[in-house]
Amino acid sequence: MARLCGLFSLITVGFMTCALEIEGLHKSYGDGFQALKGIDLQVKEGDFFALLGPNGAGKSTTLGIVSSLVNKTRGTVRVFGHDIDTDLAGAKLNLGVVPQEFNFNQFEKVFDIVTTQAGYYGIPLKQASVSAEKYLKKLGLWDKRNTPARMLSGGMKRRLMIARALVHEPRLLILDEPTAGVDIELRRSMWQFLEEMNRQGTTIILTTHYLEEAEALCRNIAIIDHGEIIRHTSKRELLQQLSVETFLLDTAEPLDAAPDLADYRCILNDEGSLEVEVTKGQGLNPLFTELEKNGIRVLSMRTKANRLEELFVRMVEDNARENRPAGEVRA
Amino acid sequence: MTWQALWVAFVTIVVREVRRFTRIWAQTLLPPAVTMTLYFIIFGNLIGSRIGDMGGYDYMQFIVPGLIMMAVITNSYGNVVSSFFSMKFQRSIEELLVSPVPNWTILAGYVAGGMARGLSIGLIVTLLSLGFTHLSIHNLPMVVITVFLTSALFSLGGFINAMLATKFDDISIVPTFILTPLTYLGGVFYSIELLPDFWRGVSMVNPILYMVNGFRYGILGVSDVNPFVSLGMILVFIVLLATVALRMLAKGKGIRH
Repeated sequence: MARLCGLFSLITVGFMTCALEIEGLHKSYGDGFQALKGIDLQVKEGDFFALLGPNGAGKSTTLGIVSSLVNKTRGTVRVFGHDIDTDLAGAKLNLGVVPQEFNFNQFEKVFDIVTTQAGYYGIPLKQASVSAEKYLKKLGLWDKRNTPARMLSGGMKRRLMIARALVHEPRLLILDEPTAGVDIELRRSMWQFLEEMNRQGTTIILTTHYLEEAEALCRNIAIIDHGEIIRHTSKRELLQQLSVETFLLDTAEPLDAAPDLADYRCILNDEGSLEVEVTKGQGLNPLFTELEKNGIRVLSMRTKANRLEELFVRMVEDNARENRPAGEVRA
Repeated sequence: MTWQALWVAFVTIVVREVRRFTRIWAQTLLPPAVTMTLYFIIFGNLIGSRIGDMGGYDYMQFIVPGLIMMAVITNSYGNVVSSFFSMKFQRSIEELLVSPVPNWTILAGYVAGGMARGLSIGLIVTLLSLGFTHLSIHNLPMVVITVFLTSALFSLGGFINAMLATKFDDISIVPTFILTPLTYLGGVFYSIELLPDFWRGVSMVNPILYMVNGFRYGILGVSDVNPFVSLGMILVFIVLLATVALRMLAKGKGIRH
């Protein structure tokens, strides 16, 4: 697949180049633990890509290797065609990294943190100051530019790390759980910012535990579990696999019991809330016709769970079943 | 990266290091000034006046070069070891590791930062010493070369210590149990001519003795050892430690998983 991607990029003369290509990536630790078992991954230029997986699946290890914070055991990693084994500097120049944990000097001022990072990329202070101002303003931190980083709130610290990662204008931005611990309002504004960056041409890869985030932002998704990629596809294709969706309906009048609907499984949650399972292809119109026949008026409806979350949980559970030795029973 | 970009990256590291130790000047610049002033008062004036001449100079003049060198050594080492380990501890070292700065530029930046502090303290202590005694320079190039190379050498030492350290205790073990005894026994306060033959021989394997005496030769023109042997030794150690530090950086010892 990686070779195909490379070939395709050659044919289209860079029109659809791969921002990130990973082939046969392994990572083993001294104690024998295999964090990555030969993963292959491709992210096209301009994509908004999610790398999902449960805790300890290998997401951060993968991104750590790409950003050279973790030494790989074997395998190939290329960032915009720059192999990290032969042209590490070229790969790094194209890459911006927002880690999961705060990793800046807490005693330094916001502006200094961002301009210092630009300096590491060889950007002179004058030019770095212009770029720092641009991103600090975009991320609402300009007023805090002279504040020591330790005085910032958690959300501000996250935004500072984004500004720092963008100051050298990377073509690929990697975000490892960028909205962890951030309130809803701020999370939404960060989504908007990232969508804008993506529209302007920055390829974005993110890991997140908020699957609604991945569903809202990303076009392509890979799911990693136990150091292996178990799915690598488009979000659309992934969501099409969802065979049953559960909807919650708020009824106008209180109900004593769940109505007996011909083609739909229906449960009464409480007297004003119905839970209805809709199988793929059934559609919603017949449901409303049936409800009307039963004299039930619906005030509002919503999906019970995030669709991607349902799929994710199912896939990870299936994978765990496949990986479990015969006879082992989950505690 | 182009040479111009590398220069910008190097200057960025040095500026950040200088900003760090000047921001916490009460922890970095003030204490050695106070300590050295006490040395001048107690050993130089009060006790020194009863000791008499040493190496043809009064005791205060004799110990000043050694004390300047002691301040340079401890501060060059201390700056790099604490700064680099703090970056490891706070994980802000990752800012550097994800950037395209080559390892040798990272090392050069930290060493230059350590030298900036070591030499600043050296200058402060020199100026303070002028309030207690008269200093004339016997050989200026020797003074400058010795102090610069010694500062670079101990900055490298601090860097390696920080790479190996896994907890804060580890960054104080070497300065407390190795560096300080070697410095005190390195001829700062006495000429090894005063020692019995056996201890004189033991002192000759102490590398700090050569640095202190090389510097003392530059200022006073007296030395227990050949000053050019001192310079040669410092250079050999610099090459050795720089090679070790670069190999550790390449392997990511203590900084990459």
